[in-house]
Amino acid sequence: MTRGNPFPPRSSRQILRAPKWGDRIFFALTMLGALGLAGIIIAMVVALVHGATPAFDQIPFTSFLFGRIWDPGGCVNGTSTCVYGALPFIAGTLITSTIALLLAIPLSLGAAIFLTQHAPMWMREPVAQVVQLLAAVPSVVYGFWGLIVLVPIMRYDVNPVLAHDLGWTGLFGGPTNIGLTVLTASLVLSIMTVPTITAISRDAMEAVPRSQKEAAISLGATPWEVTRRSVLPYSRSGIVAGIVLGLGRALGETMAVTMTIGNRNAIPLSLLSQGQTIPSLIANDFFEAITPLEIPALMEMALFLLIITLAINLGARLILARLQLGRGAATE
Amino acid sequence: MTTRSDRGLRRKIFSHSMVVLSGLAIVAVMLPLFWIIYECVVLGGSHLTLNYFTQGTPPPCSPISCEAGGGLTMIQGSFIVVALATLYAVPIGIAAAIFAVEYGGGGALGALSRALSMAADVLSGVPSIVIGVFVYVLILYYDHGIVFSVTSGSLALGAIMLPIVMRTTEEALRTVPHSVREAALALGMTRWKISLRIVLISALPGVLTGILLAIARAVGEAAPLLLLDNTTLPRFLGFNYPAQSLSLGIYLWADSPYKNLQNLAWETALVLLIFVLVLSLTSRLALNRLSRKWKA
Amino acid sequence: MEGLNTMLGESPVKMDVQSLNAFYGESRAIQDINLAIPEKQVTAIIGPSGCGKSTLIRCLNRLHETGFKARVEGSVFLDGEDLYQLDATLVRRRVGMVFQKPNPFATMSIYNNVSAPLRFNGHPSRQECDDAVLRALKQAALWDEVKDRVDDPATSLSGGQQQRLCIARALAANPEVLLMDEPCSALDPIATAKIEELIGQLKQEYTVVIVTHNMQQAARVSDRTAFLYLGKLIEYGPTEDLFERPKEHLTESYITGRFG
Repeated sequence: MTRGNPFPPRSSRQILRAPKWGDRIFFALTMLGALGLAGIIIAMVVALVHGATPAFDQIPFTSFLFGRIWDPGGCVNGTSTCVYGALPFIAGTLITSTIALLLAIPLSLGAAIFLTQHAPMWMREPVAQVVQLLAAVPSVVYGFWGLIVLVPIMRYDVNPVLAHDLGWTGLFGGPTNIGLTVLTASLVLSIMTVPTITAISRDAMEAVPRSQKEAAISLGATPWEVTRRSVLPYSRSGIVAGIVLGLGRALGETMAVTMTIGNRNAIPLSLLSQGQTIPSLIANDFFEAITPLEIPALMEMALFLLIITLAINLGARLILARLQLGRGAATE
Repeated sequence: MTTRSDRGLRRKIFSHSMVVLSGLAIVAVMLPLFWIIYECVVLGGSHLTLNYFTQGTPPPCSPISCEAGGGLTMIQGSFIVVALATLYAVPIGIAAAIFAVEYGGGGALGALSRALSMAADVLSGVPSIVIGVFVYVLILYYDHGIVFSVTSGSLALGAIMLPIVMRTTEEALRTVPHSVREAALALGMTRWKISLRIVLISALPGVLTGILLAIARAVGEAAPLLLLDNTTLPRFLGFNYPAQSLSLGIYLWADSPYKNLQNLAWETALVLLIFVLVLSLTSRLALNRLSRKWKA
Repeated sequence: MEGLNTMLGESPVKMDVQSLNAFYGESRAIQDINLAIPEKQVTAIIGPSGCGKSTLIRCLNRLHETGFKARVEGSVFLDGEDLYQLDATLVRRRVGMVFQKPNPFATMSIYNNVSAPLRFNGHPSRQECDDAVLRALKQAALWDEVKDRVDDPATSLSGGQQQRLCIARALAANPEVLLMDEPCSALDPIATAKIEELIGQLKQEYTVVIVTHNMQQAARVSDRTAFLYLGKLIEYGPTEDLFERPKEHLTESYITGRFG
């Protein structure tokens, strides 16, 4: 029995070659997996550009981007021309996401502050798990709850009050007897965005070194002042990245929005109007398409959405990577 | 004139109220979860029986008959499309994660592996409807195949699952201490065997958790299936045909005028919610417990 | 510096280090080392922290080069073959290593740990595995303590037992040389004593090279000792000679505790 090898080799050539080949094949296979993943992103952009090409060719870009009327069927019945204005959906997307963020940010920050600065130790992990569960709830279930539970509440209890008491702001005009509104969709969206912002803000705040906080405490700062003067400034970039990621999620939400927003293809003039976002439009109209140009137009919007969410995600992730945060965010 | 102690007192009161506010915020954040669970139980649980798991989707109520039916058709459809997606996502995700960890480090390969992690994160942020449109284009234009099918749906779900599997596997592999690799190297093991049979096995709880979380995510997705795998076919006919799914059923029938379908949708919301929550929670908790046992 | 043709007594040279330099990126950790290691004896490498002794021993089984930006120049001959011309994986099967902190495979049982080099490097039968595990555990003086529980997880052993498990695992690969990088520094005195006794037995079958920061340990267990300082080999010779009649002033200062 030769030393260094417990078993007699079948042939010395085999022994000498075996290690190299196994490693080489392994490298190739894992490299394939890696390229596959990267390739999907590139393929997505290419495919959508391809699908949207007819729309690029035939619909002038400015009238697409700023066109206020979406009437692809107009030219079919001969009443007017086919118009493909995307503004109603861009507006709908922006309005719902903005309101969702406005509501989600203070709640998420408050929750993250409580979790990291004030909550007793035994509470932290269970509560964090609850917040992660919130992120796990499927979009359709949020939509279902929004449709069946929230919509009647808005319709009968909330909207009339809003229109009556806050009508002077001009935000709550129009008929109030429908619960499927931009406002309702925004509310559901804000609940869905909270877990993302909370989780990343929490990571950012936990990364604040104790020395920073201790410096403030030793100067006689109250707990809130410690948070405001030490923790928040230090974790500012991480929090911003979390908000940006939350925005990305809000922009792309489909099911919950399409079940609560009313699906009206026009620019919403008040928060109580029905509206439509880009994702909800695609979900609604993809197979209702009347003219051959409609699907490419939808694809153009999808491409638009893709590029924006890619840019948002890339930017936020780069910030997080530099701060060495955002570990768990991929699971949301 | 405010004295020093007045100002100090004011600061303290202000600080206390901010703490209380943040406490309220955490309650407000957690509340919707419990509210949603409660409503799903109330709305979906009132007529829920074990028949849900044994009966298929009923035809819409007619003046003649109104069957309650069950979710079996949808369960089968969801199971098949998610199982297929898992078959795509897991090997590619694990391979990519191994690449990122084993060959990361120096020079060009290291930069490539960091870019890979970034790509996975970016991919996970793409809206699921866009992924659905992408697969639609892919199959329609490049494959000229049948777009509406379980296969198409599984491609989209696989793309959604892929970054989740890849990132959690990568994290799990990175927690394996260097000493394990060194011990294996010093025994004269080849690199690929170390990677697969020592490091991956050692990180297995994390990898499995990632797969389970990805499954939980995929089974809840409806948007891509709306575009790729939407049907009323009463049973599974083959991989080239579409099949019903739990998530789509909720969307299609939540406000259906047909009472039996509406009930079915509500029951499905409860079943799907419970399934996803339990799967997410237990896989995470099991991971914690297992990795603590193995670190002993 | 001592080389091939100076007094090693009757023992043939097992490993011959020639002009060895090792780098981490741009900084050189060991410089122009020439060292002849005799067969079936215990050679100790001592020196203060940072002198390069760990780097040196990790060059002997080609583990150093797996580090980030790590580089080696020079040769290490094993029975006349330059290890740096051979496949690294095969080298490591002939030159085994035990580390400072015991590192058994946490997910495996005692049996699977010891049989790991066989199962992963070849296709042993069940009987071959059993025989090898028995032999290795006996050689590592662990058999009596674990014979009733070889299927228990490796992590159920104490620190000292885990280290002997790692020794058994290294021996199961049937190496010609066993390298030990401060094997006792994480262990209590009783466990340390057991392993030192073990080393005395191991040298009957294997060539042992041990790095230690504990001079008394080197004096206890080794036949020859090499003293390293700031990456250079200062003195090398029979242990008794080096400790009682050191030739270099630096050696004497270190041994008498004037620095280190």
